[in-house]
Amino acid sequence: MQSLIIEAGRTERHYWKDLWRYRELFYFLAWRDILVRYKQTVIGVVWSVLRPFLTMVVFTLVFSKLAKLPSENVPYPILIFAALLPWQFFANAFTEAGNSLISNANMISKVYFPRLVIPTSAVIVSFVDFMISGVILVALMAWYGYLPDWRIVTLPLFIMLAFAAAMGAGLWIAALNVKYRDFRYVIPFVVQLGLYISPVGFSSAIVPEQWRLLYSANPMVGVIDGFRWAILGGNTPFYWPGFLVSVSLIALVCLTGVFYFRRTEKSFADVI
Amino acid sequence: MASIITVENLSKKYIIGHQRQESYSSLRDVIASGAKRILRNLITPSGKGSGDPLHEEFWALKDVSFEIQEGDRVGIIGRNGAGKSTLLKVLSRITEPTAGWVKINGRVASLLEVGTGFHPELTGRENIYLNGAILGMSKVEIRKKFDEIVAFAEVERFLDTPVKRYSSGMYVRLAFAVAAHLEPEILIIDEVLAVGDAQFQKKCMGKMEEAGKDGRTILFVSHNLRAVQALCNKAICLNNGQLVRQGNTQYVVNEYLTGGGGEREVLERVWPATLESSGNANVRILRAQIVPDLDFFEGLITVQTPLRIEFFYRLCVPVDTYSFSMHFMTMSGECVFITGSSHQMVQPGVYKSTGYIPGNFLNTGLYTMKLFFAKDVTNLLYAAGELLVFEVHDIERESGWLGEYPGAVRPKLKWDFEPYTMSG
Repeated sequence: MQSLIIEAGRTERHYWKDLWRYRELFYFLAWRDILVRYKQTVIGVVWSVLRPFLTMVVFTLVFSKLAKLPSENVPYPILIFAALLPWQFFANAFTEAGNSLISNANMISKVYFPRLVIPTSAVIVSFVDFMISGVILVALMAWYGYLPDWRIVTLPLFIMLAFAAAMGAGLWIAALNVKYRDFRYVIPFVVQLGLYISPVGFSSAIVPEQWRLLYSANPMVGVIDGFRWAILGGNTPFYWPGFLVSVSLIALVCLTGVFYFRRTEKSFADVI
Repeated sequence: MASIITVENLSKKYIIGHQRQESYSSLRDVIASGAKRILRNLITPSGKGSGDPLHEEFWALKDVSFEIQEGDRVGIIGRNGAGKSTLLKVLSRITEPTAGWVKINGRVASLLEVGTGFHPELTGRENIYLNGAILGMSKVEIRKKFDEIVAFAEVERFLDTPVKRYSSGMYVRLAFAVAAHLEPEILIIDEVLAVGDAQFQKKCMGKMEEAGKDGRTILFVSHNLRAVQALCNKAICLNNGQLVRQGNTQYVVNEYLTGGGGEREVLERVWPATLESSGNANVRILRAQIVPDLDFFEGLITVQTPLRIEFFYRLCVPVDTYSFSMHFMTMSGECVFITGSSHQMVQPGVYKSTGYIPGNFLNTGLYTMKLFFAKDVTNLLYAAGELLVFEVHDIERESGWLGEYPGAVRPKLKWDFEPYTMSG
């Protein structure tokens, strides 16, 4: 029989075990959000394909046709989509995770479960969308007859990196949002601004050499460069110092995010 | 036998803000008040500025200690705001105590609300799985009990209908059915039986008795003392966050009824804007009082005193057909009578409602009331339990019958008495 001690400020020894015990809840919450999302819509799941597709078309027109930015010898739509995929995943996951605790306030004040479940399943939902949009990329590559090389097998690593970035940032904002509702307004702002300061519509190679390292302080630069490197093969050079900066920043955000979340989650029910 | 739950000096403190409506803060305020504090410390460096008038400490629980043995069914009673729900929240790990500790040996399932996590867009079938998972059941467990749950809730025909199209009765039945099929070692239940029709309530009680017979430990909060007496073998009485009495149910309930639970009468209540019990998003009660409806009055309320009940509240939503009703209850939970009124096309705003109870109507004893606000006759906006407590005293009778009058009411009715001549 499991024995449990509840005490002020006690770090829970059962926490990770509990998280495992509630593993099905990740699935159920994600499943709920996916089911609910397209109820009472006519074209349903097509939305999650249509949105990134149209964004890609507009970006191609603006950045390639109007601004005439260099395309690194790959069809511009593919260049954009290889970046749009991780960016949209991050933006969606960050938004959903950031608001997830607030929108599930009712559950938090009435039932116990490791609170980490809620933002995590929000990220999982966005990951499902990411997989669906991934189909467009495959279709695009088939359309242009573009074959990836061996580097494509490293893609899961970069997906994990995107996942960690979304998780870390999402946990921070979710926990802060419970107490300070200001962060509700920070989220759309970060997403909007992030789109322009991340190399989504253009290749990060156009950033002047002396600024490259500083530019990589945006963790999504590392993720997006990684995606392009894996998908587009050797056509885009890999900038190691920048990538390392991004990776360490993501690790930092992720670890401190989990730490801050764990520290504040016990008071969620009191302040939400 | 080993105790399954041990509670030692458990305390829980809340900080009540007196100005803000919301319990969450905005960053601007934190920065502003931080700056103010620094400024104050600069001006008066003695550091004696800690008496912040906007923030008051409120101990929802204070030094509560008790033990519960395996297989006990424990009723937790006390007035509104006594700390019952806070205690359950701490035991269910929803909120952390400020001081003290609890040791629990066994798997806990708590039911503080029926239908937590139900999503209106999902079908009955989908919600059973979702709600089960939220309450801590595994998929295999839910699948095994699925048919039983559906049969208990009596919703077979509507399994694949979104629950937003359910009647409120069906919704509640389904929600309770899922929770009723949890099989933890310790079951914590907060006033959830106040839902559904009488027949369904009976079924729920039956299900809980069954759980008790299986040797499960149950903690049960209710205002309905008869339900507590029927279900529980032990009881705990809380008052103002402190444990005032524990022991077998009959003893604790009797002491509570005879006023041993703390101060007896609550003739007036004024809520600070932030306290949870004052309302919800639809209705927020600001103040309630019961006063003798006389120009000049002193002494105790007696069976002869006409009474006036006034409550002030903010209605936050526009309502086409607005009605409220007040249920007068004895302390054992029996309803003496219901009274209320109904109004058309009511706009949001602050209102005062006044009701009049004639003298020579109520019997002696302690009374409490529940207040229900509704829109369009059947949709509940808000329900407030144990709003006020008042005692009706006997008058000093000099002759005649000196014993207690039986009956729920003691009306003085008009009687005609006249000689009657048999004609013909």
